[in-house]
Amino acid sequence: MEAGAYTPPMPHGKVDHREPPTVRAVGLTKQYRVADKEPGMLGTLRHFVKRRFRSIEAVRGVDFEIAPGEIVGFLGPNGAGKTTAIKMLTGLIKPTAGQAEVLGYTPFDRHPELLRRLTLVMGNKQQLIWDLPAMDSLRVNAAVYGIADDEADRRVRMFAAMLELDKELTQPVRKLSLGQRMKAELIAALLHHPKVLFLDEPTLGLDVNAQTAVRAFLKQYNAEHGASILLTTHYMADVTALCERVIVIHQGTVLYDGTLSGVIERFAPYRELTLDLQANAADRVDEATLERFGEIEQHDGQTVRLLVTRDALRDTVRRALSELPIADLTVGDPPIEEVIGRLFASAPTRESAPSADGTEADR
Amino acid sequence: MNPLFTPRFGSPRHRLRVGGSMLSMWSAYMAAYRFEIVLWMVATMLPLIMMGVWIEAGASGLFPDITSASVARYFLAVFVIRQLTVVWVAYDFEYHVVSGKLSPLLLHPVDPGWQFVFSHLGEQVVRLPFFVGVVAIAVAIYPAALQDAEGGWWLPGAGQIVGFVLLTYAAFVLRFLLQYTVAMLSFWVERVGGFEQLTYLPYLFLSGMLFPLEVLPAEVSNVLLWTPFPYLVWFPAKLLVDGDVELTRGLLTIGGWFVVLLVTNRLVWRRGLAHYSAMGA
Repeated sequence: MEAGAYTPPMPHGKVDHREPPTVRAVGLTKQYRVADKEPGMLGTLRHFVKRRFRSIEAVRGVDFEIAPGEIVGFLGPNGAGKTTAIKMLTGLIKPTAGQAEVLGYTPFDRHPELLRRLTLVMGNKQQLIWDLPAMDSLRVNAAVYGIADDEADRRVRMFAAMLELDKELTQPVRKLSLGQRMKAELIAALLHHPKVLFLDEPTLGLDVNAQTAVRAFLKQYNAEHGASILLTTHYMADVTALCERVIVIHQGTVLYDGTLSGVIERFAPYRELTLDLQANAADRVDEATLERFGEIEQHDGQTVRLLVTRDALRDTVRRALSELPIADLTVGDPPIEEVIGRLFASAPTRESAPSADGTEADR
Repeated sequence: MNPLFTPRFGSPRHRLRVGGSMLSMWSAYMAAYRFEIVLWMVATMLPLIMMGVWIEAGASGLFPDITSASVARYFLAVFVIRQLTVVWVAYDFEYHVVSGKLSPLLLHPVDPGWQFVFSHLGEQVVRLPFFVGVVAIAVAIYPAALQDAEGGWWLPGAGQIVGFVLLTYAAFVLRFLLQYTVAMLSFWVERVGGFEQLTYLPYLFLSGMLFPLEVLPAEVSNVLLWTPFPYLVWFPAKLLVDGDVELTRGLLTIGGWFVVLLVTNRLVWRRGLAHYSAMGA
């Protein structure tokens, strides 16, 4: 049932900014009214007699657009408003103010033509029925989306091969590991070949192998179907592997919208240097000594984590190896929480969306 | 503004396929819970207990219109109706709203209500062999229920049987709609069990599950016949047992309540969705 599908005229896997955006948020705002109860018996009694409510603005005036075929990382600390924004964009909740538009539809109307081209995957919520094999739920999805049985089987086989699933699909979902369950969820969510994917923490809690498989799968899906993806994650590796563009949201407002390379250069011009000191010599190394090598993130007996600027990395590693009693040494990216933390600490900034055609984000 | 009904797409054949796949999935699901279903059936044995009570009452001569055999037939029919009209959508829907599991269903281009309808029908498929067995045992214990005054077999006519099945499913639809509408209060109050109990009490006492409604004074039963409750149990049972019902009035009342409940349900659904914050979803 691909008729009338939203197909970008560009070669697949390319972002097309000439086409109208697939996702558009204009002044998107959501206020929640939450009951406010003081702790203790007295608070409960007072709450029982007269409820007090507090208004919380989870999302305030968020604007952005996502082009066909674009993969955008939606980043921010817990409670920043990412999930609320995604719920509004998928039509699950009604915006208090502002507008959401996906493929030209207002999501909250839940028009079937939109629902057939959209999907939402939540890492902590599943659509598959726990006590049944995924295959049973997939049959219903095939019927619901009007996909012929043989075509549905073909798609399932293809997705399953890409995700290295096989007989897991005929076992009850509750018997599967977290990683296998997430992969089965992805098959259920993409069976109807949606053009817009909202993914809320799709790699949450998965082991490294499963994370890699999910990333590769999403990348391939994006390339083959020219689908737009908005993805929230706490893993830097997801972002670097998939997203050319990131939107950083904090306390309900957009703090940064631009290229991934831009956010890393501006806010994390650092590498993380982890030193394991030799057990017998660890006591002799004090903080003052370590500070000469970089900014101390953590100093915990034998383990030291330092932030070192990219320029100084080579020199610092050489000096550390010769001057400190080192058992082991690793260099890596600081966790994305660090990058984002620094972003929030700095003054709020805003960049316009770049034309990201063909920009290589990986380095 | 959300439309009152999720606009349909696809042909009748497509809709049939969706229904078939949901029925097959939910039957498989319920089959995994067959032992719970048997236990649950024990909890719906009330009509059989009432049957025992009323066989004694019929024999006592206190109720001139009621014989032991006719009342036994009546409660056997009530038992069958009860098995086909077990509805728990209030609790299921509440769980879906509070846990956020409604969200994935909302993203399907099919109204989420159908999943609940077919989970009930799937449960009936699994329950069927068990309750047929119970009916057979009850008849074996009290064969007079299916014997006429001369000792021959008593069997209802084909028209009565067809009418009974159709009216039983009409009862299921009414009861489902009633409870599904109450269930939607969970968009606002999060726990709807108490409200469901409020509708369960009149259902228990006014539907004919505890006593045949003929024993009530005519004025009372006349008023009662304007409410949906007699049509949930008494009406189809009475049709099967002696066919002595006002069919036209019954059908019109059922149709009227169907429209009222469906429209109310869809209005509450629309308002509720605007209120739904997809808790935890």
